[in-house]
Parts: sequence; C-alpha cells; structure tokens
Amino acid sequence: MPASSALRRREFTRPVEGRMVAGVAVGLADGLGLDANVVRCGFVVLAVASGLGVIVYGIAWLLMPSDPEGSSRREPVGGDAVATCAFGAVVLGALLLVRALGLWPGDVVVWPLVASLVGLALLAMRTGTGTATAELPDWALLRRLPPDAADAVAVLIGTRRGVLARIAAGIACVAVGLAAFVVSVDSWSALRGTLVASVAVVIGVALVVGPGVSRLVHALVEERRERIRADERADVAAHLHDSVLQTLALVQRRADDPREVVRLARMQERELRAWLLGGDAPDASAGSSLGAALEEVAASIESEQGIPVEVVRVRDCGIDGAEPLLAAAREAILNAARHSGASRVAVYLEVEPDQATIFVRDRGRGFDPAAVPADRGGISHSIVGRMTRVKGRATVRSTVNEGTEIELVLPLTKTIEAS
Amino acid sequence: MTEPPRVFLVDDHQLFLAGVRAELGDAVDVLGAASDVDAAVEMIRERQPEVVLVDVHMPGGGGARVITEVARTHPDVRFLALSVSDAPEDVIATIRAGARGYVTKTIAPDELLDAIARVRDGDAVFSPRLAGFVLDAFADVAPIAADPELDQLTPREREVLRLIARGYAYKEVARDLGISTKTVETHVSSVLRKLQLSSRHQLARWASDRRLI
Repeated sequence: MPASSALRRREFTRPVEGRMVAGVAVGLADGLGLDANVVRCGFVVLAVASGLGVIVYGIAWLLMPSDPEGSSRREPVGGDAVATCAFGAVVLGALLLVRALGLWPGDVVVWPLVASLVGLALLAMRTGTGTATAELPDWALLRRLPPDAADAVAVLIGTRRGVLARIAAGIACVAVGLAAFVVSVDSWSALRGTLVASVAVVIGVALVVGPGVSRLVHALVEERRERIRADERADVAAHLHDSVLQTLALVQRRADDPREVVRLARMQERELRAWLLGGDAPDASAGSSLGAALEEVAASIESEQGIPVEVVRVRDCGIDGAEPLLAAAREAILNAARHSGASRVAVYLEVEPDQATIFVRDRGRGFDPAAVPADRGGISHSIVGRMTRVKGRATVRSTVNEGTEIELVLPLTKTIEAS
Repeated sequence: MTEPPRVFLVDDHQLFLAGVRAELGDAVDVLGAASDVDAAVEMIRERQPEVVLVDVHMPGGGGARVITEVARTHPDVRFLALSVSDAPEDVIATIRAGARGYVTKTIAPDELLDAIARVRDGDAVFSPRLAGFVLDAFADVAPIAADPELDQLTPREREVLRLIARGYAYKEVARDLGISTKTVETHVSSVLRKLQLSSRHQLARWASDRRLI
C-alpha cells in the first residue's frame, strides 16, 4: 500500500483484536506497515524520556476510530505470551538504554511513572476493548494453557469480577506511582520532574476514563431517546384504540344503516385528521380562531345530522367579535342540513383585511324567499337579524329545485385582526 | 359518443384500487394498476394511458415522483391526483409536479368520471378545497417579482376560484358570471399554469406554514 494513501486518517483504525491497551500501536503499525512491537517500543521510549509518548498515544487514541470488526492484518501480538515477554524485555532494555544515555530524568521520576503507566494500561484494557461484560476473552495465550488453568485465567480477566480485580490492580499501580512521587520529593528539581510526570498521569487518567464516561453519557442519552419514542408509540396506540378501533367496531354494528356508517366514518376522519395535523391538542386552536371554530361547528352539525359539511377556508382571523357571524353560520348550516334534502353542505370562509365572509351552500330543494312569511323565525331572526345588529349583512339566494346559498358578511373592526 | 378514456390507476392501497375500479365500471377503460412508484412508471410508459389517477402519498417518492418520471418520456400522459390528504403542501407539490387537478378520495363516482374526462381534454380540475388553497396561497399582494404575470391572479380568475371554492360547478360558475363554460375552463387552466410555474417563494412558505395550523 502506498504510504500517501496509508497516511489518510481513516486508514488508521484501532482493531479490537490484537490490541494491548487501546489498539493505537497495532493500528498505527498496520497503517504504516511496521511491526506493532516496534511502534509500541517507540511509544514507551518517548513516554519515559519526556512523557511525550503518553500524550501522543492519547491524541492518537482520540483521533483513531475503534474498529470492532477489524483485526490486525499481522499476526495478533497482544495475546501471545512469548511476544508479550519479549515486549516487556524490549521495554526494560529501552529504559536502561535511555538511563545509560543520560536522558534519564532520575529514578525518582521514572519508576513511579512506569508503575503509573502499567496501572493505566490495566485500567485501559477495560475501556479500550469495550467489553465490560462477562464475555470470556479468546486469547492465543489461553489456548496454550491447560483447560483448567485457562478457565481460571479467563474468569479472572474476562468476567466482571476479573474486571474489578484489574481495575483495583490498575488503581493500585497508579496510586503507588503517585505515592512514590510524593514521598520522594526532596528537592525542587525533583519536584519539577514530578509535576511533569503528575500532569502526564492526570492527562493519562482523563484519556483512560474519558471514553468510558462519554460512552456512559451516550448510553444514557440513547436510553432517554428510546424511552421518549416508546412513550410516543404508547400515545399513538392509546389514541388509535380510543378512537379508530371504537369507531370501526361501531361501523360493524351499524353496517345496515349506510347513513350512520357515513356519519361515523366522517366523524372519525375529521378527528383523526385534526389529530394528525394538530398534534396532541386538536382543541387548542378551536377557541382562538374563527376558522377553527367554524370547522368545529360544521363537525358537530355533521355528526348530529348525518350530512357531510365541507369547509373551505381562505385565511383566518381571531374569534373575538366574530361570534355573531359564527352563530349565524351555524344556523345557516343547520337549516341546510335539516331542510334542504341535499346530500352535502358546502361552507366557504374568506377573511379579507376589512371583512369576513361565509357562504353556506346546498344543492337541495330550495325555496322562494319572497314566499316565506316574514314572521317565520329561522332565517329572518337568527341569521339576518343577527348580522344586521353587528352592522353586517346576510343575503339569501334560493331557487326552487336548485338549492340555496346564504352569504354572511361581517365588517372587521380594528379589534378583529385578519391573520 | 366518444371512446371511454383509457385510465391507469396508481395507489398503494389495494382496497382503494379495487373500489375505484368497481365505481368507474365500464365508463372508463382501465389499462392497469400499480401500487408502487417504479412499477407505475414502467407500466405507464408501456401502456400509455390518457389519464393516470395517482395517489399523492406513496412509498418511494409519492405521486409527484411518478408524474415527474413519466413526464420526461411521455409528456402527453395526463395526471389527476387523488388523495385522502388535505394537507396543502402535498396538494401543491403534486400540482407543481404536473398534475392537472386534485380531488379527494371521498369524491362521488359521477364527479370523478367528470374530472377524468376533463383532464383527458386537457382542462384543469379544481375541487373547492384546491381552489381555497390557491386563493390562500396567492392572497398576499405579491412583492416585486421577476414575472408579475405568473405571480398574481387576475381579478376574474379570483372570482372564478372563489365560486369554485364555494362549491359551484363550472357550469354554475359560468352562469353566475355570465360567461361560457369554455371561458371558465380557460381561466382555471391559466390558474393551474401559474400554480405550476410561479416562482413565488410564498407558495412553499405558505404551504409549510399551513402545516402548523
């Protein structure tokens, strides 16, 4: 693989298989085409010489995504006992070499630091592999041991109890390391080295604990989202049960009465539509707008009289001050539904800046307006009278056998704003 | 007597397909039916119906996608959108995709036949509700636009739409305004063109606003 393409960031992933701490070294080694142990030694030397190794490792850890499916393209080294021993020897040798070369910050710093790093590595094994469950590890090392011993090791390392033991060991190592620093501080120069090392350890702890904490937070968020989703599903189910299923049951029982079936279906359709469009509060807007109130009037007359009432709205306005218009419209729709004999009633509302108009139309039997005695209640009182009292007007057009249309006009004052 | 119109049905509800077939009976020649977008596009191209009754809501892009796909290769096929949805944004989107009309599924069989014939003849079919939507969408005074002719309704078109919204049939509109039915059809077709071609941002915004009511 050409180095240029290998250096693209997404080429570097942290394979789950073959990792010792978090898989950074294996991943880098795979990406760069090196042996993982070479990379590991590099990290150790850098870490011991200046603490830089820990920081580089941590940054690489953050940048490289974990690849649960991925396994090192090379022979996994982490689980092999011989390779592990060899690795340990190389590390020790590197330490001694560095010491001999004079890059040594002092025993006071290095050995506690090594202890801390071992502790961190122990802790990281848990968060790094991401399996804190009781799954038994499948390591090459285990396969070489006799079955009984292998079981014991697996339980110790792989189970929850094993994890606890490892965490305890890790914390103990870190604590010993830190304690060693504190105890051995006897001069300012040593203190400076100690501070550097301590900062490195703190950063290391943050890096080790960080992924676990973020995973925990993520899991909590996910769980909460799941609960909200479940609640919503339950709401929908409850609503469908209370409305649609009930109506369907009624429809089955009234199957011999087509008019009633249509009435039920229309009623349910309206309700479901309002619920789908308006969310969970279909009645919330009813009190506030003329259009919504008109729809509600139409719906109630429709279910009382069993005749579809279709409402078409062009814009809307507040209900305050428009109550007489609504009452007159109600009367007109009721008349049409009761007396016209039409199969449906069409209602049209249009709100303009200076007036609100409602048309109620049916294609029923109609009548001759001139022939209606003036004292007959319905139209003259409740519709025409109501409208003239609020300086509006009502016009009735009707032709025998063709139908009736009632036009209601209400001038809008400043208090009733068109919207 | 003219030939019965050759019709194709697209709907993902089998029950509804069967119902429409039964309702239309012999008055139309049903060439076939499809219940998903891809099958519909393929079969329509193959059978070349005159009018396609298309459901607005379907998995895989809905009626609007069927219309756009077919129109690329067969611009002569005409579409009548049919839906239980009154949601303005769906209606407007389907019309803008190229449907020549929109009716709700509760329409009476004779009215549906009437609408199919009208669409076949190249006219537009506006139900009261669609007329209401259009009046509402074109209600505000248009700002200075690139093409004012497309962005505004003429007073006459507005009158025609208002009567349709009030539940008048084309014939009744013609009588009320003292014009011929043909002229009413011309006005409605012109409104349809504006609805399809207008670049008014308000159309989209209006449609999404209505969702909040």
